[in-house]
Amino acid sequence: MHRVIGKALRKVDAVAKVTGATRFADDLTFPRMLYCKLLRSTQPHARIVSVDASAAAKLDGVQAVLTGRDLPIPFGILPVSQDEHALCVERVRFIGDPVAAVAATSEETATAALDLIKVQYEPLKSFASAEEAVEHPEPRIHDYGDSGNLHKLIDLEFGDADEGIAEGDLVREDLFFFEGSTHLPMEQHAALAQWSPLPDGKLTLWTSTQTPHYVHRALAKVLELPAARIRVIATPNGGGFGGKSDPFSHELVVAKFAMMTGRPVKITLTREEVFYCHRGRHPTLMWVRTGVKRDGAITGMHFKSLLDGGAYGSYGVASTYYTGALQTVTYHVPRYHFQGARAFTNKAPCGPKRGHGTPQPRFALEVHIDKIAEELHLDPAELRLKTLVPANSLTANYLRVGSMGLGQCITKVVEGSGWKKKFRKLPRGRGVGLACSSYISGAGLPIYWNNMPHSGVQLKCDRGGGVTVFCGSTEIGQGSDSILAYIVAEVLGVDPFDIAVVTGDTDLTPVDLGSYSSRVTLMSGNAALQAAERARQILALHAAQQLEIPAERLTFADGRVFDGKNPKHGMSFAEAVQRAEAAEGTIGTVGSYTPPQSAGKYRGAGVGPSPAYSYSACVAEVDVDPETGIVRVPTIWIAHDVGRSINSASVIGQVEGSIYMGLGEALMEEMAYRGDLKVVHKIPSLLEYKSPTTLEMCDVVTYLIEDPDPNGPFGAKEVGQGPLLPVMPAVANAVYDAVGVRVDEVPITPEKVFKALRRKEKGEPARYGPDHFPDIAWPEPTRVPTPWEGGDGKAVSPASV
Amino acid sequence: MATITFEVNGEREEVAFAPHKTLLEVLREDLGLTGTKHGCELGECGTCTVLLDGTPVLSCLVLGLACAGHGVRTVEGMARGGKLHPLQETFADLGAAQCGYCTPAFLLAAEALLAANPRPTREEIKDALAGNLCRCTGYIKIYEAIELAAERMQHA
Repeated sequence: MHRVIGKALRKVDAVAKVTGATRFADDLTFPRMLYCKLLRSTQPHARIVSVDASAAAKLDGVQAVLTGRDLPIPFGILPVSQDEHALCVERVRFIGDPVAAVAATSEETATAALDLIKVQYEPLKSFASAEEAVEHPEPRIHDYGDSGNLHKLIDLEFGDADEGIAEGDLVREDLFFFEGSTHLPMEQHAALAQWSPLPDGKLTLWTSTQTPHYVHRALAKVLELPAARIRVIATPNGGGFGGKSDPFSHELVVAKFAMMTGRPVKITLTREEVFYCHRGRHPTLMWVRTGVKRDGAITGMHFKSLLDGGAYGSYGVASTYYTGALQTVTYHVPRYHFQGARAFTNKAPCGPKRGHGTPQPRFALEVHIDKIAEELHLDPAELRLKTLVPANSLTANYLRVGSMGLGQCITKVVEGSGWKKKFRKLPRGRGVGLACSSYISGAGLPIYWNNMPHSGVQLKCDRGGGVTVFCGSTEIGQGSDSILAYIVAEVLGVDPFDIAVVTGDTDLTPVDLGSYSSRVTLMSGNAALQAAERARQILALHAAQQLEIPAERLTFADGRVFDGKNPKHGMSFAEAVQRAEAAEGTIGTVGSYTPPQSAGKYRGAGVGPSPAYSYSACVAEVDVDPETGIVRVPTIWIAHDVGRSINSASVIGQVEGSIYMGLGEALMEEMAYRGDLKVVHKIPSLLEYKSPTTLEMCDVVTYLIEDPDPNGPFGAKEVGQGPLLPVMPAVANAVYDAVGVRVDEVPITPEKVFKALRRKEKGEPARYGPDHFPDIAWPEPTRVPTPWEGGDGKAVSPASV
Repeated sequence: MATITFEVNGEREEVAFAPHKTLLEVLREDLGLTGTKHGCELGECGTCTVLLDGTPVLSCLVLGLACAGHGVRTVEGMARGGKLHPLQETFADLGAAQCGYCTPAFLLAAEALLAANPRPTREEIKDALAGNLCRCTGYIKIYEAIELAAERMQHA
């Protein structure tokens, strides 16, 4: 019986957040602080002929200026894509690329100084879409990458997919497009650097980052400082959603300025600049062909994706793999072929947004299956239930599925939504749609290869009864600080609010890789669990001696340590710490977590494996106005298999937030570009980038499925990202149910629905969406026999992999 | 420099600042009240909402000078005598604050709503908050927290 785990407790930082006491990066100021501003490129693609910052440097109040040559060492989040510079050196690659920087005594002076910097550009041909980049290998946006302007090309085949597809009673082919969208955290990125001069030579950077460990590494590399002389403190993030997961130009620039001037230097990006930082959802074109038996069983699948990566690598190689990785973990796909390509274009760089590379293919797959179900005259819920991947199994691409609650999820939303009474039965204009999804609970492999733990925790017991937990994890609003406190409190039987949590500080906390890939609850939670169990063991040893009972009989609960058979016979938790400390010295323990080895051994097997997969099923109900094409979503029912809730209120909060963000992507959110060249952002503002307000947000009915996974702390799996994924396809399927048109593209704007309705009236295909997937010179496929063909996870060809 | 006298969270403040500064800047930079946040500084997101004489305003669109002689309430003024305001309590208890960045603005908008309409319907709450963006919660826990606070305040 858990005392803390599963309860809807207040979060440990809740009071600070409701009183305005939480200090976000821009809330920090220091005496003599300088203000930094970045000059950004006005050209989408150009050679930098010259940068003259001399007039800016002379402006009264300007303390320092920087241009690309001052920070020549490249960086990037992935070791294979070190293609960014703090400030552009020879070339700019998108409108908004940072070119020069100023540090001045006021923000106004810094802004005025930017106007005095003269940049001479020699324009180059620019590319606005992945298709254009495929068509034009020259001029190359980067001088690296797999081919021309294609950054990455992937071809993976698990069994003979064509043969498998041919065995189907029905073979269906579809094309889909998923428009790019951005995270839009309410907090603009901000960073503040401080330098302690030599002989200290120590840099401290406060920054709104989800990944202080990777920022630490990038600072050491670019600034050529020993990592031991750099301290990165991740301030609480005012929303992240993946948008603060890369090391950024502005972080390096303020650090350099602090070193140059010896004064604290701060930058807070404008909202416009946040749009240029981007790293959001890749616009993705997809083609899928699937063979199915009459009962819906999949015989083979071939999936192609083309991602518009924007101007830099970012996480893009991983994103591309992710567009092909998780198709296999929901419905059994016996043979599977994936081809993925990522193009460089002259737009703000794309990267990881909530769901990272998986919402696009999930949209495609779930609408594709809805169409297959219709052709087979099967209920889409029934079809899915019949083809589920079994728990504790290996997929064709060697992903190890543990607990698998998707069947329960489907059953819950089908019942809850009244699906059977509504599907294909509602009056015209109203409809329901179903879709499912799955997501990783943390990536099985780290971003840079190493065999160290992914998460570490140190734990200190104070003789007053307090406990302090140290972990490198980063609080971005998802509740990661609270998770640490709850888990330790459960094990040690203390009040979670008696636990101090110290996180996201590279000087004070052991490494945790960061708040991305839905890894934190599972990984830092397991590390905290191990540290707490070790502390409990030490305390139990001495308490048992004092109480003269075997240690196994001890219970830790309610701030006491006592005999489980005779609760009165015991002592306070503080006394237990004191006895242990008297006997052994300071009581501290450590815990760490490393994910299990993945089963795939082929090149590319690093993306997809996870200690556990979450599952979600969703039914959306829509109202579509056939006159205007306007889609309203009154209600979404969602069931999420979270393994086990550590805090049920937080889990439901993550589900509701995911539905909200998914609804935005389904109906309105898009990183649209305009102008003759289609490379100018369509008004980078919170007003023009449409996102749901209270007036668009739907009602949400949430069901939690709790089937503990053996790899999760107390059985917990992820919840922060997975529930977003089924929303877009569920809405698309519901629009079809309502008005009989397919919008094979998100966002599903009124214009698209309207056009599809007009086509239907004219007797043309009742559809809006892409009609062509370009020819791409794919590499020779990496062939990996499936587990049921006797494969061992290794590729059999080509010889090089 | 301009100097004004106004009331902030019930206390008289005299403050000097460059005349072009917005109320948002005066609060954050000159008075150190960083509980008021900003998301755009263009009046688009609602994140900088404070109460001016009891009415929600976007502090990024109000000049500091215009506040001379008026009363401003920020999130720092909500808890009294070491005790949270009922809205703060329910926001904390129900998980209505995730990242917490938009939270001060929502709290003040909600406080103004409850002052005018002590038992608002769900639809009235949505209308009152339509100018405030939150990217974390999907708004639902915020509605629930406001409804619970309204109930508690009526019985208080």
